[in-house]
Amino acid sequence: MNAPTVNGGGSVAIQPPADTAARAVKVDIRKVDFFYGANKALKDISLPLHENEVTAFIGPSGCGKSTLLRVLNRMYDLYPNQRAEGEVLLDGENILSAKQDANLLRSKVGMVFQKPTPFPMTIFENIAFGIRLYDKPSKSELEGRVEDALRGAALWNEVKDKLHTSGLGLSGGQQQRLCIARTVAIQPEVILFDEPCSALDPISTAKVEELIDELSAKYTIAIVTHNMQQAARVSQYTAFMYLGELIEYGPTNKLFTTPSDKKTQDYITGRFG
Amino acid sequence: MASLYHSRKRRNAIAMGLCVGATGIGLAWLFVILSTLLWNGAGGINLAVFTQMTPPPNVHGGGLLNAIVGSLIMTTIGIAIGAPIGLFAGTYMAEYGRYEKLTTVTRFINDILLSAPSIIIGLFIYGAVVVPMHGFSGIAGALALAVIVIPVVVRTTENMLLLVPQQLREAATGLGLPRSVVVQKVAYKAAKTGLITGLLLAVARISGETAPLLFTALSNQFWSIDLTREIANLPVTINNFINNPDPNWKRLAWAGALIITFAVLALNIAARAIGSRSATK
Amino acid sequence: MTDHTVRAYDRELETLGQRIAEMGGIAERMLSDAMDALAKLDVDLAKKTIGVDPRLDALQREVEDNAILTIARRQPMAVDLRECVAAIRVSGDLERVGDLAKNIAKRAAKIAGEARLPRGIVGLKSMHELAAMQLKDVLDAYAQHDVERARAVWTRDAELDALEDSVFRDLLTFMMEDPRNITFCTHLLFCSKNIERIGDHTTNIAETVIYLVTGEAPQIERPKGETSMVKR
Repeated sequence: MNAPTVNGGGSVAIQPPADTAARAVKVDIRKVDFFYGANKALKDISLPLHENEVTAFIGPSGCGKSTLLRVLNRMYDLYPNQRAEGEVLLDGENILSAKQDANLLRSKVGMVFQKPTPFPMTIFENIAFGIRLYDKPSKSELEGRVEDALRGAALWNEVKDKLHTSGLGLSGGQQQRLCIARTVAIQPEVILFDEPCSALDPISTAKVEELIDELSAKYTIAIVTHNMQQAARVSQYTAFMYLGELIEYGPTNKLFTTPSDKKTQDYITGRFG
Repeated sequence: MASLYHSRKRRNAIAMGLCVGATGIGLAWLFVILSTLLWNGAGGINLAVFTQMTPPPNVHGGGLLNAIVGSLIMTTIGIAIGAPIGLFAGTYMAEYGRYEKLTTVTRFINDILLSAPSIIIGLFIYGAVVVPMHGFSGIAGALALAVIVIPVVVRTTENMLLLVPQQLREAATGLGLPRSVVVQKVAYKAAKTGLITGLLLAVARISGETAPLLFTALSNQFWSIDLTREIANLPVTINNFINNPDPNWKRLAWAGALIITFAVLALNIAARAIGSRSATK
Repeated sequence: MTDHTVRAYDRELETLGQRIAEMGGIAERMLSDAMDALAKLDVDLAKKTIGVDPRLDALQREVEDNAILTIARRQPMAVDLRECVAAIRVSGDLERVGDLAKNIAKRAAKIAGEARLPRGIVGLKSMHELAAMQLKDVLDAYAQHDVERARAVWTRDAELDALEDSVFRDLLTFMMEDPRNITFCTHLLFCSKNIERIGDHTTNIAETVIYLVTGEAPQIERPKGETSMVKR
């Protein structure tokens, strides 16, 4: 694991990890505020997502972690009265600017949701669908890319004989891996996971976690999870959020063993309340 | 304690008795209607009904061919015009303008239209089409039916699309798909069976409408598929034949009623079958 | 600190602390009894001291089992995780302290018959006083999560090392004066080594306390006795 070294106990809650130089910043979130109508759901959030690392977001329900994820691919655009302020730089480009094409952004920043959401079509089509939108591959090339995506999501062996049956016929864990394959198929740069395992059994959860670990070699990953052990297992950096604020951000190894902020400590040790 | 329990039990028995009674009465009427229809209509059904034209009064034989064909033509045109309009409007309301004021207003007006007496629609088309064209016509009948179809399809389309989980839309959007692709390839697909059910219900609804046709297509004693002239159709034919003392006409009227009823019944059953197939999937 | 949402969790951690306190009491008592037995050449007391050791071993196993159960059941994080790990480590150190005290008692029983040189024990006594004080301090520091006190214990261990050096020189002198002292003095030499090791375990506990509270081990080199003649 690319574990950053544990740095000395500073008094500042939000401190840059010791080895930021080791990995480039892929996504830089700068002073982001988010509003649902008049309700401010995110307050002045700033943190980086490092390239080829997994960053986990934890915090109690309603703390804004999912909202932040939805800012990163501008999913909030779908709804009226939702707006974000501040800057989110993807490779230096501000994706919150009006010039940014949201669909193009989403092809670079993929998302996997809490509930598996296969489309009502065959397994093959579920994946080919997204590919065809950006490319016009030949039949054999398309088949190859679908296979690659399914292999990438560790699903190929389970579905190779039933590619042309409905994606809805798979088990929950398989459906979720199908959704990951679908996301991977369009070759994004960043993948956002919004509680990807909360509807899965432990074995499927382990498979998805293994997958996240493998995917982090190629992609920059952000994951929202309610399961702190999961955050501790899969991520290299962790951000703790509470009531729309970023309370603490740092290397996962440090945050889960020696958090700097009392709120973080109380939350991760189960003393919240 | 015991008394409370007993009074509760009694009240429960009374309420259940009333519910069962009401259901029984409703079912009884339906049964009476259907059996009357069968009793009177079944005897009139024969091959001639489907192969011969409507007869003049006081003649033996004859059939309903021109009326059946006329009804089929107008229903088809009515659906062909009304369904796409309804589908697009419903799609706008559920997908594009879900949070717009226009949607709220459209929905309100659509609900009024949905419950408007069909005779009013007939009168409207009479004023808007029949009078300017100086005569009753098949096209006017089809238009009247289309106006009835629109609100039904709008309603079912919107409802069925609203039932598609938002997560599915977000998942598709998350892949970078533009809205139009999300609607066509994902939302329509997920709501497909619901949309077909809605369409079949609309067909069922208009195939029995008499009032709007009375003012628009009128009827025609003879074979005609010229849409610019009066055209025969089942509901109006039944209406004309049943009030005549001629027993042959009466027989044909009952036969026609039976045909419409079973056609509608078949469509309803088809709609249910498609609906339940999607539910179990 | 705020209580856990799950109260049974608090009780489990409390129980761990209580067992460690009990182990500390037993270890302290074993050490002072063993030294008394050595000073007074009291075979009965020595045997009694040896008999206490199994109780300490049993407690250590209990602490370990409980801590492992808590880890399995609650997946503790941060300070709670350190609490469990610290309990395991401290109980291990205390168990070793007990073993070393037991060894002193065994030697006391063995040399009671051939006691020759009362002045040879004087140096050991002062070593014991310092070690006992260190042990008491570190147990208090553990119970109160007191980093400063733990750090003081950690630094003071150098004094014990220095004392051991001087005891070593004294005993060597006695042996050179009269070869008949050799057996007796060799046993005393081992006893002094045992006390010095008890001091090392005390330092370990001090380090554990620092880790428990701050999440980090002390980073600078610990001061050692300067003029050590004993190869470590």
